[in-house]
Amino acid sequence: MHTKTITQLVKGLRAGDYSSQELTQSYLARIKQHQALNSFITVTDEQAMAAAKQADARLASGNAPLLTGIPIAHKDIFCTQGVRTSCGSKMLDNFIAPYNATVVDKFNAAGTVTLGKLNMDEFAMGSSNETSFYGAVHNPWANNTVPGGSSGGSAAAVAARLIPAATGTDTGGSIRQPAALCGITGLKPTYGRVSRYGMIAYASSLDQGGPMTQTAEDAALMLQVMAGFDTKDSTSVEREVPDYSAGLNNSLKGLKIGLPKEFFDEGLNSDMAAAIETAVNEYKKLGAEVVEVSMPNLKLAIPAYYVIAPAECSANLSRMDGVRFGHRCTEPADLNDLYIRSRGEGFGTEVKRRILVGTYALSEGYYDAYYIKAQKIRRLISDDFNKALEQVDVIMGPVSPTPAFGLGEKTSDPIEMYLADIYTIAINLAGLPAMSIPAGFINEKPVGLQIIGNYFAEAKLLNVAHQYQQVTDWHQQTPQGFE
Amino acid sequence: MSLTADDVNKIAYLARLGIDAEDTESYAKDLSGMLDLVAQMSTVNTDNVAPMAHPLDQVQRLRIDQVNEENQRKTFQAIAPQVEAGLYLVPKVIE
Repeated sequence: MHTKTITQLVKGLRAGDYSSQELTQSYLARIKQHQALNSFITVTDEQAMAAAKQADARLASGNAPLLTGIPIAHKDIFCTQGVRTSCGSKMLDNFIAPYNATVVDKFNAAGTVTLGKLNMDEFAMGSSNETSFYGAVHNPWANNTVPGGSSGGSAAAVAARLIPAATGTDTGGSIRQPAALCGITGLKPTYGRVSRYGMIAYASSLDQGGPMTQTAEDAALMLQVMAGFDTKDSTSVEREVPDYSAGLNNSLKGLKIGLPKEFFDEGLNSDMAAAIETAVNEYKKLGAEVVEVSMPNLKLAIPAYYVIAPAECSANLSRMDGVRFGHRCTEPADLNDLYIRSRGEGFGTEVKRRILVGTYALSEGYYDAYYIKAQKIRRLISDDFNKALEQVDVIMGPVSPTPAFGLGEKTSDPIEMYLADIYTIAINLAGLPAMSIPAGFINEKPVGLQIIGNYFAEAKLLNVAHQYQQVTDWHQQTPQGFE
Repeated sequence: MSLTADDVNKIAYLARLGIDAEDTESYAKDLSGMLDLVAQMSTVNTDNVAPMAHPLDQVQRLRIDQVNEENQRKTFQAIAPQVEAGLYLVPKVIE
């Protein structure tokens, strides 16, 4: 039953084919069996079995919410009360969250069963899951390659069918890129759609939580739980949540797809370009029209991101100071020594790089030249997207310039790793929603198709993704050894 | 833009971030690379562009000034490295 989607499991639970306790036990056994993937940081067996028991009682009572009894797992960036929330860092290795993230509360209320916390790049800073204090995650499609990052544990666990669905977060591509590299479906919602309360902040003006699933149909069910206004998040948007499943079967006849010419220039691997073209042709068969659009400022997205994200992270991570929670050095000589050594010992190299760049960009005399300049460029990039989205319904392109790369292949050159996020970062700067869906293979490694929509057009994206998944079976393929 | 090991040490102190002496050179190299990347921003004129802080240009929400959180000191201090009598302990600051 581990290859079943949430949609199928919901039916099975209600038909009495299996109980939530049986489901939970079976997934927990798979997690244990495939420990070598390193996709989990913490497995919460006992709590999961207790929650499953409750779920079964609720199901028996006849008025349980739709997702009652469905096993899921959270990226270890979401605070879970009473359970270690490490954010992939030594700094928070001893941090037992004293409260739940809003997203976690919402899933608990929806009756899902949490099996544990998923591995990730340290503080979500990375594109390969190799910066995690708990070690790299392996891509189930090719053991010696990366699963992508920063939500690498979430993507690998869903791809290996260790869990039917997971939560992730996306600051510069951290849901979409691992989803692409692991051959699953990932959705980054519009900025402000999903509450950031209790989601450990990396770059607050870019971070957004979203679902990682096998199918678009499942992503709709997950987003239905996650989305909504939250007074505890000052950037949350007060806006009604539509029924994300209602329009999944709408026809795509007349859908206008924009292909940004800058997405298909010389930086794109030719096999990847061909794979994306094949996917777009499938949409033409479904009745869509294709138009070329242009994003003249796209090349500035990475430079602007590497000011905004480090600047915001240097401020956000200043709360990790060894005083109130997290790692503290032994025998500090004075208060400064306590700060310096606790932070020096607690953070890994990539996090330190970004804190240093951010501190520099925000230091006296540099603020206008770096942060304000980057925010102005952010506006130009956003304007490019808005202009394109006046002409088309959705924009499509690659997620990543290549399929999964080798473990250790890019760790010696951080800049090279950053450049691989060219197709995802601009969308975070604009705050738009976007998805990655499985769209084929290159040398037996999954390829992701990116679908970008207008603000709050998540239902449209899900419809566009679902229709493709009705005529293709890329999303149903399971890596060898995990069938 | 090229940073020296000295610059790195200054920035690290501003961030109260300990870095090993033998790693300073490699941070200087990586940070210089990042700043070179960032320098591409100057290729475009942004004189009349308004900075964008929130993608939907939303302003910070205000609320009525009334207590809506209860004191959870015990819960929060239960995970602190060192506390005494309800206070967080740090090395002596004032002689």
